[in-house]
Amino acid sequence: MIAVKDVYFTYPNGVEALSGVSLAIRDGEFIAIMGQNGAGKTTLVKHINGLLKPTKGEVAVDGVSTRKVSVAKLSRKVGFVFQNPDHQLFCETVEDEVAFALRNFGFKEQLIKKRVTWALSLLNLTRYRQTSPFMLSGGERKRVALASVLAWNPDIVILDEPTIGQDYQQKEKLRQFIVQLNTQGKTVIIVTHDVEFVAECNPHVILMAQGKIVAEGGAKETLTNRDLVTQAFIVPPQVSQIFFELSDLKLPTNVIDVYDARKVLLDRLEVSS
Amino acid sequence: MSVFDGFKFRRVYSPIHQLDPRVKFFYVLVMFVIAIMFNQLLPLILLFFIQLPFVFVAGVQREWVRSLRGALFFAIMIFLFNFVFQYFWTEYPLPPSPSLLEYSIAMTLRFIVLIESFSMFFLTTSPDHLGLALEQSHVPYEFCFAFTTAVRFVPVLAEEAQTIMDAQKARGLELERGNFIKKVKNYIPILIPLIVSAIRRSLELAEAMESRAWGATEKRTNLYVLRVKRGDYLLALISVLILIFAVYVWIFHREQIPLLTNFLAPLELTVTKIS
Ligand SMILES: Nc1ncnc2c1ncn2[C@@H]1O[C@H](COP(=O)(O)OP(=O)(O)OP(=O)(O)O)[C@@H](O)[C@H]1O
Ligand SMILES: [Mg+2]
Repeated sequence: MIAVKDVYFTYPNGVEALSGVSLAIRDGEFIAIMGQNGAGKTTLVKHINGLLKPTKGEVAVDGVSTRKVSVAKLSRKVGFVFQNPDHQLFCETVEDEVAFALRNFGFKEQLIKKRVTWALSLLNLTRYRQTSPFMLSGGERKRVALASVLAWNPDIVILDEPTIGQDYQQKEKLRQFIVQLNTQGKTVIIVTHDVEFVAECNPHVILMAQGKIVAEGGAKETLTNRDLVTQAFIVPPQVSQIFFELSDLKLPTNVIDVYDARKVLLDRLEVSS
Repeated sequence: MSVFDGFKFRRVYSPIHQLDPRVKFFYVLVMFVIAIMFNQLLPLILLFFIQLPFVFVAGVQREWVRSLRGALFFAIMIFLFNFVFQYFWTEYPLPPSPSLLEYSIAMTLRFIVLIESFSMFFLTTSPDHLGLALEQSHVPYEFCFAFTTAVRFVPVLAEEAQTIMDAQKARGLELERGNFIKKVKNYIPILIPLIVSAIRRSLELAEAMESRAWGATEKRTNLYVLRVKRGDYLLALISVLILIFAVYVWIFHREQIPLLTNFLAPLELTVTKIS
C-alpha cells in the first residue's frame, strides 16, 4: 500500500516539480504514469522509494513514512529501475552486476547464484553472463539494469521508461513479463510515453501534467478520452485514432486495441448483413 | 565545496564583468607578484584594501565573502604553521613576540590576498570570455574548446553523480556503512559509472561535433571578438602604476617599511607593566 498525501516538491534550483499530488496505490495494482516531458513523473516515483523526500506532504509505504527509513532499507521492498542504465552499471560482468544488490541485501551466495540465473534467463541475457555490461548495446544494457533489480524480487516494482530502445520482440516479452509479475501479486508502476504498450498491458492509468495528476482511470477510459488525452499531451493509440476519425459512422470511439476494433467491426458487419 | 562556490561565475552585468579577461588576468598577476614580493604586514594590508572597490563595483560581495570563508580553514593552518614553526624549529627560536605574531599574520594575509584576486577573476569572467581570450592569445583552438567544454560540463557531472548515487542506493548500497576502507570502497559503484559515462559522453560529443563539420574551416572567425576598450586601458594603466610603485618601494625602501607593532609600542608597554 502506497499512500501519497498532498505532496509538493521543489528542486533546490527552485523548480516546483510536484504541486499537490495525492494518490493511493493498493497492493497488487498495476499502474502506468503518463504525461509529457517534464510533467513530474520521475519526480513522483522517486518519492516512492524515498530518493526524494516531499517538501510538503507525506509519502508512506505500507504505513511507514519515507522520511523515517533509508533508501537502502526501503529498496528491499521497492525495486526501482532507472531511466538510464548507464547510471548504474559498473561491474566487470553482467553476472556481478545482477548480483550487486543481492550482496548488498546480504543474500547467501547459493541463493544469489540461483536468483541471478533466474533473472538473466527472464530477460534473455543468459548468453551475456560473463560479458562486460559496457560491451552491450543500449537495449541490452537496459535489460541488464532491469534484471539487476528484479533479481531480488521486490514487492513493488517501479520501472522508469522500461521500453526505451527495445525492439518489438523484447518489448512484447517485457510486456508479458510485467503482466506476469502483476498477476503474481506484485505492485507494478511503470512510467512511460509508449501508449501502444500501455494499451496492450491494460493497467490503471494516471495522467500527469505540470506537476499535477490531471486524470486517472482504466487504460481504456483514459486513453480514448479525447479531452483528457489532449490535456496531458498524449497521442492516443493508432487504433483509437482511427475510430476517432470514423466517429461520423456512428462507431464507438472508445476502442483501445486491435481486439477491441475487431469486435466492434464484426458487430457492425453482422448488423448490416 | 564552499571554496569552489567562490569561483563559480554567475551571469550578471557590471563594468568589471565587461572588462577584457586578458587585462583582468594581467591585473591578477600584478597582485600576485606584489603579494609575493613583500612579507611585511603593512603592504599586504594595503593590497587587501586596494581590491575591495573592484569587488563592490562588480557586485559579487556575497560570493566573494563565501570564497574567503571557504579559505578560512587554510588561512588558520597557515597562521598556526608560521607561528608554531618559527617559534620552535628555527635556529634561533623566536620568542612569541608581537613581531612574530605580525609576521604570521602577514603570511596569512598574503594567502588571503591571492585567493581574493583569483576569486575576483573567476567570479567576474564567463567561461566563454575566457575561452575567447585564450583563442585570441593564439592558443590553438582545440585547447580553447576543450577548456571551455570542460568548465561547462562540471555542473552536468555533479548532477550526474547525484543520479548515479540515487540509482545505486536504490539497489541497496549504503554509502555510510562500514569502517573507513569499506566506506571508500562504497564509492566504487559511483565512480565507475561516472567515469564511464563521462568518457562515453565525450566520445559521443566528439562524434556529434564531427558529424556537424567541426574543424572543417581552417581559419575560424568568432561572432564576438574581444576588443580592448577604454576601461581596459584604464585597468592596465592602474595595474602598471601599482606595479611600478611596488617595485620602487621594494628596491629602495624595503628595509624602511615600518612594523605595525612599532605603532602599537606604547600599548605593549602598558601590557608588560601589568604583567
Ligand atoms: N535534478 C533536478 N534539478 C532541478 N530540476 C529538475 C531536476 N530533475 C527534474 N527537474 C525539473 O522538474 C520537472 C519535472 O521533471 P521530471 O524528471 O519529474 O519529469 P518527467 O515527467 O519524468 O519527464 P520525462 O518524460 O522527460 O522523463 C521538470 O521541469 C524538470 O526540469
Ligand atoms: Mg522521467
